Amino acid sequence: MKTKRGQGPEKGTGNVSRRDFLRGAGVAVSGTLLVGESMAEPAEASGQARGPGEVPVTLRINGEARQLDLEPRVTLLDALRDRLGITGAKKVCDRATCGACTVLLDDEPVYACTVLAIEAEGHNVTTIEHFSKGGQLHPVMKAFVDHDAQQCGFCTPGFVMASIAFLKNHPNPSLEEVEKGLGGNLCRCGTYHGIRLAVLEAAKTMTAQDEGGSIHG
Amino acid sequence: MASCKYAWPPVGHRGLIGQSISRIDGPAKSSGRAKYTYDVKLPGMLYGACLRSAYAHAKITAVDTSAAAKMPGVKGIRVIQGVGKEIQWAGDEIVEVAATTEQAAQDAVRAIKVEYQQLPFFVNEANLQKDQAASRTKPASELKVGDPDKAFAEDGVVIHEGHYGVPVITHCCLEAHGHATEWTGPKNLRTHSSTQGVSALPMQFAEALNIPSANVEVICQYMGGGFGSKFQMDRWGQYTALLAKDTGKPVKYLLERAAEQEVAGCRPSGFARVKVAARKDGTLTAWESECWGTGGPGPSGILPIPYVLDIPNRIRRHTFVSTNIGPSRAWRAPNHPQSCLLTMAPLDDLAAKLNMDPLELLMKNAHLAPENLGKVYREELQKAAELAEWSKLWHPRGEKTSGHLKRGLGVSFHTWGGRGHVSNCLFSIEPDGSVVAELGSQDLGTGTRTVIAVVAADTLGLPVGAVTVKIGDSRYPYDGPSGGSTTVGGVSASTRRAAVDARDSLFAAVAPALGVPADQLVAVGGTIQAKNDPTKRLSWKQACAKLGGRKIQTTGKNPGECMLGSSGVGGVTAADVSVDVETGLVRINRMVAVQDCGLIIDMKTAKSQCYGALIMGIGYSLFEEKIMDNITGRMLNPNMEFYKLCSLPDIGELVVHMMTGPGYDERGVIGLGEPPVISPGAAISNAVANAIGVRVPTLPITPEKVLAALAKGGVA
Amino acid sequence: MERFEYASPVSRKEAVGLLAETWGETEILAGGTDVLSRMKDYVSTPKRLVSLKRIKDLKGVHYAPGHGLRIGSMATLREIKVNTYVQRYYPALVDTANLIRSQQLHSMGTIGGSLLQRPRCWYYRLGYGLLAQYEGKSLPPEGDNRYHAILGNSGPAYFTSPSTFAPILIALEARVELLGPSGSRTIPLEKLFTTPTKTGEREHTLHPNEIVTEILVPPAGGIRSAVHEIRQKEGLDWALTAAAVALHMKDNTVRSARVVLGQVAPVPWDSQEAAHALVGKTLSEQVAEAAGKAAVSEATPLSMNGYKVQLTRVAVKRAVLQAAKGGA
Ligand SMILES: Cc1cc2nc3c(=O)[nH]c(=O)nc-3n(C[C@H](O)[C@H](O)[C@H](O)COP(=O)(O)OP(=O)(O)OC[C@H]3O[C@@H](n4cnc5c(N)ncnc54)[C@H](O)[C@@H]3O)c2cc1C
Ligand code: FES
Ligand code: FES
Repeated sequence: MKTKRGQGPEKGTGNVSRRDFLRGAGVAVSGTLLVGESMAEPAEASGQARGPGEVPVTLRINGEARQLDLEPRVTLLDALRDRLGITGAKKVCDRATCGACTVLLDDEPVYACTVLAIEAEGHNVTTIEHFSKGGQLHPVMKAFVDHDAQQCGFCTPGFVMASIAFLKNHPNPSLEEVEKGLGGNLCRCGTYHGIRLAVLEAAKTMTAQDEGGSIHG
Repeated sequence: MASCKYAWPPVGHRGLIGQSISRIDGPAKSSGRAKYTYDVKLPGMLYGACLRSAYAHAKITAVDTSAAAKMPGVKGIRVIQGVGKEIQWAGDEIVEVAATTEQAAQDAVRAIKVEYQQLPFFVNEANLQKDQAASRTKPASELKVGDPDKAFAEDGVVIHEGHYGVPVITHCCLEAHGHATEWTGPKNLRTHSSTQGVSALPMQFAEALNIPSANVEVICQYMGGGFGSKFQMDRWGQYTALLAKDTGKPVKYLLERAAEQEVAGCRPSGFARVKVAARKDGTLTAWESECWGTGGPGPSGILPIPYVLDIPNRIRRHTFVSTNIGPSRAWRAPNHPQSCLLTMAPLDDLAAKLNMDPLELLMKNAHLAPENLGKVYREELQKAAELAEWSKLWHPRGEKTSGHLKRGLGVSFHTWGGRGHVSNCLFSIEPDGSVVAELGSQDLGTGTRTVIAVVAADTLGLPVGAVTVKIGDSRYPYDGPSGGSTTVGGVSASTRRAAVDARDSLFAAVAPALGVPADQLVAVGGTIQAKNDPTKRLSWKQACAKLGGRKIQTTGKNPGECMLGSSGVGGVTAADVSVDVETGLVRINRMVAVQDCGLIIDMKTAKSQCYGALIMGIGYSLFEEKIMDNITGRMLNPNMEFYKLCSLPDIGELVVHMMTGPGYDERGVIGLGEPPVISPGAAISNAVANAIGVRVPTLPITPEKVLAALAKGGVA
Repeated sequence: MERFEYASPVSRKEAVGLLAETWGETEILAGGTDVLSRMKDYVSTPKRLVSLKRIKDLKGVHYAPGHGLRIGSMATLREIKVNTYVQRYYPALVDTANLIRSQQLHSMGTIGGSLLQRPRCWYYRLGYGLLAQYEGKSLPPEGDNRYHAILGNSGPAYFTSPSTFAPILIALEARVELLGPSGSRTIPLEKLFTTPTKTGEREHTLHPNEIVTEILVPPAGGIRSAVHEIRQKEGLDWALTAAAVALHMKDNTVRSARVVLGQVAPVPWDSQEAAHALVGKTLSEQVAEAAGKAAVSEATPLSMNGYKVQLTRVAVKRAVLQAAKGGA
């Protein structure tokens, strides 16, 4: 396998030109956008503690609002799996170590086992189910199949989600970037060889599709 | 071979067999649609949780579940080990609870009070003298061949002595062990189980629950890894079913991660003091080993060393060490990875002492391997050497160049049986053209489903997608458990026999219409046609329509007529590593696996087994260890943070070469799940020794151990 | 995890008001990657969890020339790593984030949480307490101490400070702003850490009802800084040792230096010895080597962690050399 040169550092949020930068001189310049502001935060009177018993929680999952009564201690992963029957995300370490539970929260990859469901209120939760709606495989999924980047498959949904998130930030990654970028997921069967090939290939097909104007994900 | 109708098609007549075919359940897995035991949610289902012993050895003096019973959501409680029972390892089951949510079940567990009388325990076995001093040893066996004493005393032989070891590691299946059980009648149980033995489990449940085994249905469509640890119902399975009975509700209990690491799988350790001799030309003459290891409280297997090579004069003594760690379970190629390292590392050290290239030493002695393996090894060693660029990159021990990164190469070989197990395939061709194969087998991720589809489709001249494979349910015909790399050999043979019979029935049915004798027909490219006149043909659908509304149903068995498989594969692994001699960090540059497994059904999934085995091998060579605490008796790393699995950036370049063609194909199908995981430990250990000039005697090869070894010598 | 009540205040003051005056009653929830795992293991059992996520003015990374960097305690590791100013003026912070090999932790973990996360000592995490006591004895000295402290370990604390960010931020002379019921205070970051001497004490000087609001990093002009960690795995893993250096240069000479070690002591270890070995020197392999030696000159390894002395020596040397190259 050859190492391809990447695109340099991860896309900066600011990426200001020198002129922009000078314009900002003197005043405090925020280099980031706040996430999740586009959606209404829960209207709860602030400071009011909720629980420890069940409280109503509204989750927005794959674009759909779902109402649940949950104890504050219920994790997003348990809410998805046990309450909503959305089981693509898996529970393995339950301690933010293996990535099997990866979902997107406002488009950022997170370990759903270590997010409280109640904390996901007011944010967009995207699970793997979203990316194969109508039976169509996402290019990353297809590449996983083609490169046999799966054996038992238990880590696979987490890896697919991590790969989708990674490619969003690194549309044209080098092999080394792929390897390090997916360092937060674990597989026991040993499918990493296929995974790195699959992600490199998916990057190519997705870039081609983008250039062709079609939308993925 | 050609005389038998079931024989595998010869080269040139294989449509799909041996091609690279994507696994048929790939889309279900990669889209997250595949449902595992852990994903099962039955109406009204309760969740289980277990109170486990915090002590490694203790007698239970009191159990009080009264507070737990009163807690909200708690529906059932079963004491598994009550007053008077002696616990032999931390994490052992004491009480199981069923409640409406997982949290409620865990709350109940916290409310149970257990009192213990602590007893002396023993959890670390790396030092045989200490083990003996603690009266934890039991001599197991002695095996003597030839006259080792005399051979060691022979004039001019070069002798190497050393100490080596492989610690206990865990299976760390990503899907924990467990079941979701429901009673469908007073004596009828249905269980969704994460298992390697769909057809074998009903007997276990039936016996434990005192119901007829025909009344137990076991379902496992997808399972998240077993590696040898998932053949049993396990005590928690029995109690999950009992709680389902008590509560009248389905109960699901899959182990918490800590329990999975502590009790649901450990590979026995293997340590040895080895003495080995060769003549100056590298001819191995004598072997002596004192070997020990633990498999928990009970005995573990005896390690067959010297591994593979029947050195003419040899003696080995084995000692069991009993410890208070979780009980051992079969781990991918039981006893082989340990034995391989305990043999191939000393041989590598001996080669260094002889100033010999270890590859040459192995070549020279390959004839000591049983049966025809010597020839296989020589061919494979050659191939591995080529792929690892051995002649360019290998150097005598200790890379002499300056700089803190030292590169080294290592090699090892291994063997495995892999004969197909008992298998039954119920095969149907429907008048509408659909094709179904049913087997009570399971797909662990090894590609069982896909292999069945490929064999059936190849036999019928159809695309893979035309075959529906039904497995993962004990209502299908009995099939062997997936252990010992026996599944592919079993299911491919039974499916082949069934499919050939079904195809021949179809030929008979369409022969009159085509005006061609049935034995002159072939099934190719989705048609049934005359062997010598392709214009006389029917499409598959047209042909099946001639069945006149009656479906063809056949049963194929393994074992059965014709030699479709055999056993005894050989494989070679070469490792290319760089060691930072300042930090002791080992990085993999490249791993090469050259493997034979007879006739390959699906090249893609076969190679995946090898890639996966290399990766798992890197993991147990560099990172994995079940760390037990001498003071508390507990596992210190019952998680995935400090029980370190290999991750994606740790693997380097992987090269896999499958031996195929003449000399290999005609051996028929042989299993592959286990063999390629055997050698990586030895190959990596040897590569590290080659890089730094000194042996790191035990796995995993951590920075700590590399630095300790370097302090005693080597290039730094 | 035990049951708790959950509060998500929208202002800093409100947050402080929701915190109890004693430890154990309440816990702060930032990214959750540490605290939730501790709660699942019943190592922490707060009655109330106070989430800081909705407090908008705790987020964001701001830069002002002449003032430096102001990082909201709730800024995520990703926000820090992709921030243009951080990339330009504090590249060592980007490297630091990248050492934590998990995009998920980058989007979840916050800088405040990274500084205030609790130790990963396995005895602590198995429930034997921060000081790892068992039947009246201290576990680490006689137990498995392969990952424990080699400095500042005269007891009873043997755990190591886990934060990857603390050493480099201390080296860069960062200060933290804390807010409590009686107002805010700003202290040098190193003052946030302390070695507990008896049961009940923590490794932080934060009061139970205080929150970290901001981390202030002075302008880094003229400073060469770098981090070097030694990790067994290339994927997500805990470092075996870590070194952060910041060098104020005058021409080619080190005018002043700070060398701060991670994962080796109960607190981020500010190595005066290493700094001393650098000041007034022109950077070279030998000088870097000497700094590494000096850094561990006072090390007192336990029965199983002697290797960490060597690793630390090397980490310091490499961090210095990296910084010498102009910093990474
Ligand atoms: C497998 C794994 C590996 C990791 N590796 C590393 C590593 O190598 N290096 C490293 O540095 N980290 C590592 N992390 C640890 C850590 O999760 C991250 O560094 C993260 O940044 C912690 O932030 P958080 O917001 O998630 O913390 P939380 O879990 O939310 O909080 C941690 C603690 O800090 C307190 N706290 C948080 N914010 C504030 C505040 N503003 N004021 C007062 N108190 C506060 C909380 O009360 C809590 O006790 C690892 C974690 C895991 C699971
Ligand atoms: S299950 Fe969430 S990270 Fe492992
Ligand atoms: S495919 Fe089995 S764990 Fe990754």
